[in-house]
Amino acid sequence: MFNSLSDRLQDTFDKLRGKGRLTEDDINVAMREIRMALLEADVNFRVVKNFVARCKEKCLESDVLDSLTPAQNVVRIVLDELTVLLGSTDSKLTLAQNRTPNVIMLVGLQGSGKTTAAAKLAYLLKSQGHSPLLAACDTHRPAAADQLATLGSEIGVSVYRGDGRDAVAVATGSIREAVDHMNDIVIVDTAGRLQIDEEMMEEAVAIKRAVRPDQILMVVDAMTGQDIVNVVTEFANRVDFDGVIMSKLDGDARGGGALSVREVTGKPIKFVSMGEKPDSLEVFHPDRMAKRILGMGDVVGIIEQAQKVADEQQMEDAERMLREGFTMDDLLKQMQQIRKMGGLQKIMGMIPGMERAMSQMPAGMDDSQMTRIEAIIHSMTKEERARPKIINGQRRKRIAVGSGRSVQEVNQLIKQWDEMNKMMGKMRGMAQQMGGKGGKKSRRAMQQMMRNMGGGMGGGRFPF
Amino acid sequence: MRKMGFFDSLKQGLKRSREAINEIFYMGGEVDESFWEDLEDTLVMGDMGAGVAMRVTDDLRERAARENLTRAEQLRDALIHRLAAEFPAASRDPFTDLPSCVLFVGINGAGKTTTVGKLAGRAKDSGVPCVIGGADTFRAAAIEQLEVWGQRAGIDVITRERGADPASVCYDVVEEAEKRGAQLVLIDTAGRLHTSSDLMRELAKVVNVTRKRSSIPVSVVLVIDATTGQNGLNQAKEFNDALELDGLIVTKLDGTAKGGIALAISSQLGLPIYRIGVGEKIDDLQTFDALDFCRALVGEGM
Repeated sequence: MFNSLSDRLQDTFDKLRGKGRLTEDDINVAMREIRMALLEADVNFRVVKNFVARCKEKCLESDVLDSLTPAQNVVRIVLDELTVLLGSTDSKLTLAQNRTPNVIMLVGLQGSGKTTAAAKLAYLLKSQGHSPLLAACDTHRPAAADQLATLGSEIGVSVYRGDGRDAVAVATGSIREAVDHMNDIVIVDTAGRLQIDEEMMEEAVAIKRAVRPDQILMVVDAMTGQDIVNVVTEFANRVDFDGVIMSKLDGDARGGGALSVREVTGKPIKFVSMGEKPDSLEVFHPDRMAKRILGMGDVVGIIEQAQKVADEQQMEDAERMLREGFTMDDLLKQMQQIRKMGGLQKIMGMIPGMERAMSQMPAGMDDSQMTRIEAIIHSMTKEERARPKIINGQRRKRIAVGSGRSVQEVNQLIKQWDEMNKMMGKMRGMAQQMGGKGGKKSRRAMQQMMRNMGGGMGGGRFPF
Repeated sequence: MRKMGFFDSLKQGLKRSREAINEIFYMGGEVDESFWEDLEDTLVMGDMGAGVAMRVTDDLRERAARENLTRAEQLRDALIHRLAAEFPAASRDPFTDLPSCVLFVGINGAGKTTTVGKLAGRAKDSGVPCVIGGADTFRAAAIEQLEVWGQRAGIDVITRERGADPASVCYDVVEEAEKRGAQLVLIDTAGRLHTSSDLMRELAKVVNVTRKRSSIPVSVVLVIDATTGQNGLNQAKEFNDALELDGLIVTKLDGTAKGGIALAISSQLGLPIYRIGVGEKIDDLQTFDALDFCRALVGEGM
């Protein structure tokens, strides 16, 4: 139960490791893990179902990054999808320009942290140069107004308590008070209520009608479980809020509720509340939240690492080719990469002008020929692959016999390699020339160019 | 009547899955794949956690095959009893086996203060000499809130000013309670997240001082909100490690939340549930009945 998701995902990774392409079964396995992760993060059950279905579709149709293992690719897709779903970092409160005072109303369940959030919001607005007024409209919980008054005095914001009996009267009274005291924003703290409590929901609607708030924010406890969907749906239907403050995120709750809220109501998360100090109201970061929900900050690290390593590998390869020339191993690697991406025909279809170029090639390249070339290269010794120049007539004969091809075909391959190596030599010359003028910087530019060349050809370094 | 209300509200949230289950039932009650999926869904939606839900469903599936249970009705019954068996029984009820001193702990907003208020009201009604201790000296107006409850119940609240050391408040409370011959001592503590190690240490000190000073048995009770999701397990585990809990109280079961996390905590940590809160009124704090609770969690047979 307490095993971290990272461990479990790692297990799945291990099972999938070494596979070049994702099959639907692989994706199903990964999706099951993701489903568990989301459920453990308290994302609502139905939301999980929809989300996983969508992710699966994305995985099936999306391009895969070669530098990542299949499982990592899945995680990347899920993470991206989750981040997009969680919405923007827009934490602005939309307030009417021509209205004084503006009114912000807070609603939520009991114990979700409304009163604390009200004080934090007041503190934030005050630091932005506003002059907020707190309205203590929680007339139900004993001493709720006292709590707000205490918090208000700590942050230097005045609190309107009214008669402390009729919440609607306190709310309307607070507007008058704000007008009298030149406060430009009123924050209405209301009593906690259950979404099924008809009377209390009525009261919230009555307060809303009385003060016509510019923004209604719903305070949601990050630890809330599956029921969050019922709660927010009912609040959205009855009082209709504009955004959400997620409270108690300083704990270790994964806060899957954020996703449920977004998915069910479409309302943005505007702030996250991270502690008991008045300045702990923070901007919502969907990317961080996504990682938190998946419980996998470190896994993302792994992905980034993998990406970096792959890039470095590519850089190294490019550099080596510039320095030492193009080897048969490089040729082999490239061909294998083409295979992995779905074969020559598919790639040719994707690259404009490629088809014509290929038709000019002797004998015309197709996939079966690639297999033959592979066989030939496999029949070479290590030394021969690294330095094809040493392949003399005798060696050619041996290679031909070993691979079951004719000596002619071996000759053709070596000729092809020679052409490519000459091209590489030209580039090396260019690089040195440029290096003479621009030094290191232009050499890097050269490497970049080579990398891009590879990238433009569908991720592989396709030599033809 | 009250009980009906409790079920009614819980039934509400289960409507969809219950309808699905009933459908199978009416169509001859044959159990098929969708029944199992539905069952698992119901359990997950009750916050029991995907792991527990799968385990329980698999267990049941096996048992169904073994005992040849083919009707949805039989299975539901078997499931309810299977779940109910997960709850350890309370060897002692700290609110009726007197004298007793109870410390209420939990995260912010779980409903500790309200629970103390309700229990004090109950004690007063049944004529048990009781005092309330206010050791939440941190949250603004926590003491005032407790005092209002004390006034309502007609019971004295022993506390100190905001910011005072909570452990020393507890010392005072226990001493004063002994002087007055109180049979039931209810001490409210400040809510804190289980991840804040300083505050957890402070609480451990509070509990130690109380346990040492008190001549009557001390129970430490974790108050947990029924709407809490899977994080509840982390909470309970941390609190249990730091304080050696005696039991649980589940609050706010009057919404549509089913409090399945209570089952997860109770069975995993072996903690009995002393009370459940099913409404705002003093009487809405009820003794826990495992079978009733599981019926609500799964959907009763109808």
